[in-house]
Amino acid sequence: MTLQADRLNFRYGDKAVLRDISFELTPGHFHALLGPNGAGKSTLFGLLTRLLAMQQGDISFAGQSLKRQSSSAMRQIGVVFQQNALDLDLTVRQNLQYHAALHGLSRREARRRGDRELARFGLQDRANDAVRQLNGGHRRRVEIARALLHQPSLLLLDEPTVGLDVASRKALNQHVRQLCREDGLTVLWATHLIEEVQPDDRVLILHQGQLLADGPGGALCWAHDQSTLADTFHALTGAGNL
Amino acid sequence: MKAAHYWHCFVGIQGREWLRFWQQRTRFASALVRPLLWLVVFAAGFRAVLGISIIPPYQTYITYETYIAPGLCGMIILFNSMQGALSMVYDRELGSMRVLLMSPLPRPFLLVTKLLAMGTVSIGQVYVFLLLARLVDVEPPGWGYLAVLPSLLLTSLMLGALGLLIATWIKQLENFAGVMNFVIFPMFFLSSALYPLWRMNEASPWLYWICQFNPFTHAVEAIRFSLYLEWNPAAFGITTGVTLALALLATTGFRPQRTRILGTKSA
Repeated sequence: MTLQADRLNFRYGDKAVLRDISFELTPGHFHALLGPNGAGKSTLFGLLTRLLAMQQGDISFAGQSLKRQSSSAMRQIGVVFQQNALDLDLTVRQNLQYHAALHGLSRREARRRGDRELARFGLQDRANDAVRQLNGGHRRRVEIARALLHQPSLLLLDEPTVGLDVASRKALNQHVRQLCREDGLTVLWATHLIEEVQPDDRVLILHQGQLLADGPGGALCWAHDQSTLADTFHALTGAGNL
Repeated sequence: MKAAHYWHCFVGIQGREWLRFWQQRTRFASALVRPLLWLVVFAAGFRAVLGISIIPPYQTYITYETYIAPGLCGMIILFNSMQGALSMVYDRELGSMRVLLMSPLPRPFLLVTKLLAMGTVSIGQVYVFLLLARLVDVEPPGWGYLAVLPSLLLTSLMLGALGLLIATWIKQLENFAGVMNFVIFPMFFLSSALYPLWRMNEASPWLYWICQFNPFTHAVEAIRFSLYLEWNPAAFGITTGVTLALALLATTGFRPQRTRILGTKSA
């Protein structure tokens, strides 16, 4: 399903945080939303997840406006937040069941889907462990498994690798790409780490609230006559490497 | 969404609240210390000073402990509701609130369900308190324990909604100390929790009227009357009306961007 953002503007008081942002996500593809801290990525995620009320512009999902049909849109969206949103004192399974209940799933269905997702992420033997006992990488996996529990078609991840070591970051990134390939999931992965982006990814570069570029990474490099995405970013923003 | 979805969601939110209660049962037990101190120490000291006459719903002279027990039930709910509401938008519950607000079910339903779930945990504490209060001869009729349940539920929803409203809209009260000084203490002391209002009227008519306008007074009276199997339509009606108004205001006026739920700085 397609997500379309149309001329989004957002201000915190007098400060414009997003300016005239328009883009469309391609179904079944991995999209990287690239921008330094403070670029407006989290605000954009706030709008996409309706945690922030839209001020100007619109977001539509499968042709339906998020303003008017937010319930049906939210059923199709899975979210992994930048900050931990797991209850550390509860077990992995209890966390999953809470999320499933919020989406109206019965306990039995929640357990069935939870077991399947945990198996897919290699965490089936950790189901009854308190989340507090898991390492950072495993916690992130649980968050992704949870976000997929209600079988969304779009997965939004806001800097999901923050605080992880290099190996865990790489593994998580590969895992989400695999979901994209095998399940046809549409992914929007916000990051400020350029090594998480591959040349054939669709890349959206956000800087100071403006969308400076939108296209396949390789094509962006070519269009701006740069050899790497980091150089392209530098050329576009005038900022240092990410 | 079908009714079954709402039901599963309701049960899930309740279940999580009770799981957390179980995880943090020592914290909840320690929260009982405050009202028990009031009941045992404060009441013992003030018993002689305050002396209670026969006032409804009581049929006879009562001890001061008996008089303040319903007010202390209200106090348990008051502290828990304010603490719970603050944690929903500022600290411990932020992650859980992010997940909650991603639900496709209507936001007012989610927030009311969350407030009710926090309320039921408070009510559990109230019942433990009432059982312990029997040790100092506070002995309402057996059916009173059941009859008081609707009043306790209304009170917890009313105070939870008030807490959410305050936490969302009054930036200056984002920590518990502020709420304690400007909300909890005035609400508690300017009510009929510790002394009957006719005594307040004797002391100061304008203080009496402030107490009358305090919804906590009516919540405490609704608890007091129903605990003793008496019907007080005014107290129950006012508590219901204020609960509905506050729940409506708190849920429709809820703005995540005014809280720390987003994880970015609040506006």
